[in-house]
Amino acid sequence: MALKLYGTSVSASTSRAMTCLYEKGVEFEFVSVNLFAGEHKQPPFLAKNPFGQIPVLEDGDLTLFESRAITAYVAEKFKETGYDLMRHNNVEEAALVKVWVEVEGQRYNPAIAPIVYQFFVAPLQGKSPVQTIIDENSEKLAKVLDIYEAKLSTSKYLAGDFYSLADLHHLPYTFYLMETPVASVINERPHVKAWWEDISSRPAFQKVAAGMTFGGK
Amino acid sequence: MAAIKVHGHVISTATQRVLATLYERELEFEFVAVNMGAGEHKKEPFISLNPFGQLPALEQGDLKLFESRAITQYIAHEYADKGTNLICSGKQMAILSVWMEVEAHQFDPAASKLVWELLYKQMFGMATDTAVVEDNEAKLAKVLDIYESRLSQSKYLACGDFTLADVHHVPNIAYLLKTQCKKLFDARPHVSAWVADITARPAWAKVLAMQANQ
Repeated sequence: MALKLYGTSVSASTSRAMTCLYEKGVEFEFVSVNLFAGEHKQPPFLAKNPFGQIPVLEDGDLTLFESRAITAYVAEKFKETGYDLMRHNNVEEAALVKVWVEVEGQRYNPAIAPIVYQFFVAPLQGKSPVQTIIDENSEKLAKVLDIYEAKLSTSKYLAGDFYSLADLHHLPYTFYLMETPVASVINERPHVKAWWEDISSRPAFQKVAAGMTFGGK
Repeated sequence: MAAIKVHGHVISTATQRVLATLYERELEFEFVAVNMGAGEHKKEPFISLNPFGQLPALEQGDLKLFESRAITQYIAHEYADKGTNLICSGKQMAILSVWMEVEAHQFDPAASKLVWELLYKQMFGMATDTAVVEDNEAKLAKVLDIYESRLSQSKYLACGDFTLADVHHVPNIAYLLKTQCKKLFDARPHVSAWVADITARPAWAKVLAMQANQ
């Protein structure tokens, strides 16, 4: 039975999971969830994810939620095929991948997500972007990226000289950020910029990015 | 294998998360106290261990790790045959990942803000922001409603046994029990039973002893 991924093509978290599936060359069925109709907050969906959020992955009788748990599962289950995202044959490299996966989740995401929300989601709810939220978080993101700039001047990717799940997790929100004026935080840092251009040009992400049309492009 | 060194501070919840895991795995380690008051964590040599200047960091030979949840996962998997199990087997490992992510993205943001406002700020002589407390108590309550439902189906969060998903919660929960937020846990019977269980573990008592002896 094929894997089933529930979500929407414009959702950053769904895109995170989908990019991982494409990198591993795993067959899956995409099931669109009608967020505007509140489908994700209704009982049938809540039975899959009690937090009422996308994406959800079903693999037989296994139901998973939280995009980074989904990517960890896919990368582990299919570790012998497709691209090696977790460096499972090298204990130290695998540990470093986990470190930078946590950095994305704990440092990068909390700063970038509110910025993307203000530019792309708030307008859909009839609200204007709140500039103070954008400014505060842009400052936080800039500080995080100063550290990335230093790290990426010593290694090609975050966990080492190899593309990994840690880099992949950054793709969707950064893609949206690049469509806003805050793209400058990436463009002003040469190593970060080069890293971004590299990881966003990977075919697996290009496939997913084609559906990420939040800005209406 | 080379000796494990943990650089941290006993009042730091992230440090405690790592210490609890090391004690659960019954591993020997050296604890290097970092002088936060003197800003030691924002300077060399600590910055070379963690460029983000935050506690804790782990050193083992040439391996340098930071981010408490990356460190606990390394410890749990690398020493899988020692001490408490902490991880699930087979497909259940995926369920463990789910609930570790839930702790990181659903529970921790609200819980850590409350710990900061109600405890750390008191320690540092700063004023609590009651609006932030109210907002995050409401968020935490919603998350705990989902935990109540989960824990009525399963004794622990991930598979049937105590795992990393549970241990990751202990430091923030232990602090919150000392505040007005205790009522949020007491009001939910399954959550309350789970909290009593995970905070009574001998490994956690050892972490508390380190705080007392500081």
